[in-house]
Amino acid sequence: MSDSPSVKPHLGRAHLLDLLGQMIRIRRFEEKCAELYQQEKIRGFLHLYIGEEAIAAGVMSALEKQDSVVATYREHGHALARGVSMNGIMAEMYGKANGCSGGRGGSMHLFDAATRFFGGNAIVGGSLPLSVGLALAEKMLKRGGIVACFFGEGAAAEGEFHESLNLAELWKLPVLFICENNLYAMGTRLERSESQPDIHIKAQSYNVPAEVVDGMDVVAVETASSRAVAAIRAGGGPFLLECRTYRFRAHSMFDPQLYRDKSEVEEWRKKDPIPRLTAWMLESGEAHDADLAGIEREVAAEIEACVAFAEAGPWEKTEDLTRDVYAGEAPR
Amino acid sequence: MNGLSPKPAEITYRDAIRDAIREALTADERVFLMGEDVGRYGGCYAVSKGLLDEFGPERIRDTPLSESAFVGAGIGAALGGMRPIVEIMTVNFSLLALDQIVNNGATLRHMSGGQFSVPVVIRMATGAGRQLAAQHSHSLEGWYAHIPGLKVVTPATIEDARYMLAAALADPNPVLIFEHVMLYNMTGALPSGIGAVDIQKARIRRPGKDVTLVTYGGTLFKTLKAAEILASEGIEAEVIDLRVLRPLDAETILASVRRTRRAVIVDEGWRSGSLSAEISARIMEGAFFELDAPVGRVCSAEVPIPYPHHLEEAALPQPEAIVVAAKATLGRE
Repeated sequence: MSDSPSVKPHLGRAHLLDLLGQMIRIRRFEEKCAELYQQEKIRGFLHLYIGEEAIAAGVMSALEKQDSVVATYREHGHALARGVSMNGIMAEMYGKANGCSGGRGGSMHLFDAATRFFGGNAIVGGSLPLSVGLALAEKMLKRGGIVACFFGEGAAAEGEFHESLNLAELWKLPVLFICENNLYAMGTRLERSESQPDIHIKAQSYNVPAEVVDGMDVVAVETASSRAVAAIRAGGGPFLLECRTYRFRAHSMFDPQLYRDKSEVEEWRKKDPIPRLTAWMLESGEAHDADLAGIEREVAAEIEACVAFAEAGPWEKTEDLTRDVYAGEAPR
Repeated sequence: MNGLSPKPAEITYRDAIRDAIREALTADERVFLMGEDVGRYGGCYAVSKGLLDEFGPERIRDTPLSESAFVGAGIGAALGGMRPIVEIMTVNFSLLALDQIVNNGATLRHMSGGQFSVPVVIRMATGAGRQLAAQHSHSLEGWYAHIPGLKVVTPATIEDARYMLAAALADPNPVLIFEHVMLYNMTGALPSGIGAVDIQKARIRRPGKDVTLVTYGGTLFKTLKAAEILASEGIEAEVIDLRVLRPLDAETILASVRRTRRAVIVDEGWRSGSLSAEISARIMEGAFFELDAPVGRVCSAEVPIPYPHHLEEAALPQPEAIVVAAKATLGRE
């Protein structure tokens, strides 16, 4: 399927605890977000990533600082795993001026120049051409970075998916396309919208090497990502990972989930990446109850602090409404 | 005249744009050109002819027919530190890239709280007049002028064709350049001693005191012709070339209208929900009490532009109609 170099799973105790900690951090953060949404602290749309954390945690772990990340409107996990500060993310969800996008974007539009996090794009498929362009810049400027572009399987029905894969392969651009296949484009199940529901096969039709990964297994995601990243850095052009996953929560906070059976959700919950890794680590002696308690304690403290940061944050002055519609000064 | 300075050579509008692109590619390594058939074919309107040989395929990039992907790639490359010039063959095809232009190019600066800029230049041909029928004859620049975050410029003269690109590339925002298809073969001499133009201000192309004719792009020369006809009948029309559709230089328009007390807007776009409607509203808001007559408009007929020559001409603004509209503001027939 691909000529990627062999990469062994990274199974050191400290590293696995990091991955586990990252997933728990994302999970607890979003549970808090759901709570704050009920309290109307967070408004607008809120798309939770709960159930899919292994993908963001696994892929980000395979990236370097100089790489770039482009994500979707379900991107809290990606931003957290990439290293965007939790304070900045929570304040952004509140719409406060100390948010990572100055409060302008909210949940769907997290941006952070320091970690090369290019958003939070809320048009399905719209971020793929952008990632191709970022990769073109990397190649032309010979900087050596790659671009990780996350999107859902719904995007594969958009023309921009096909145009972007074609262009990226044609120009051998350093893009890691990560399809988070959670089976549902909002309420439309994959088989009801795709004549060819195997996304990785679509990629192969553009000569883009592609692999299917168990998106509920963080180690599998990380290993596959490292392999793909190595192939891309070696100049092989783009690579697509289709991560099979499932969102445990509704599409957004407005979704009554009429389109799927509770039993299906329950079946997938059994594959929850967090208990899965936890159980394996406990059984193999790689982790102890004290480690888990420590992670939960640290995460709880970080979340408490980020809520306080967001609560204390100022609102942007209304007079500044039109600031940055246009850039006044020449960019770098 | 001392006979020492030779008369400047005449060049075409097309040559002027090519010279501008060549200069930009030479001046800044981050600049590159991409689009459909810009390389081997030499450009749909032959603007980039020869540039592939000069600069190579890395910097003169032929793209697949994927407007959304390559326009989005231009936006992404600009985010990533390049200074792309993206050529879309015509405005008609830019509709396939609207998502990228409107949802990404125009929003990223504001939505990211000022963290990211999109210094991309997107050039495209616009307008009718070549009997290309409805799907190749749109004038949709007014649509783009609706969008905060974009800058929209319409070079109508050889000078603007030659120098607007540099100003657009120096601008940290996404700039759309609309080149009217009927101008590519126009010839003229570049004025000597000018090495740059701004992309902020409208220009008065012909001064006059009786009525202000506001136009841009492909209809500038039709409007100037109308002004000549009017002059032969004793009416001195002032002709304003907007040059920049967004941000609109309302100041120059209003200053002129306050002098002439009458205005006619000439726009190849359709009338309904249009740029001409916007300009009319600005005049009403800013110079209502100085007006001696209602603002007039000469726009394209509200039809998809038809193929036969006589119908196409009937659909487009023509000097005769401009003359009639200008005279109407003076109560003359």
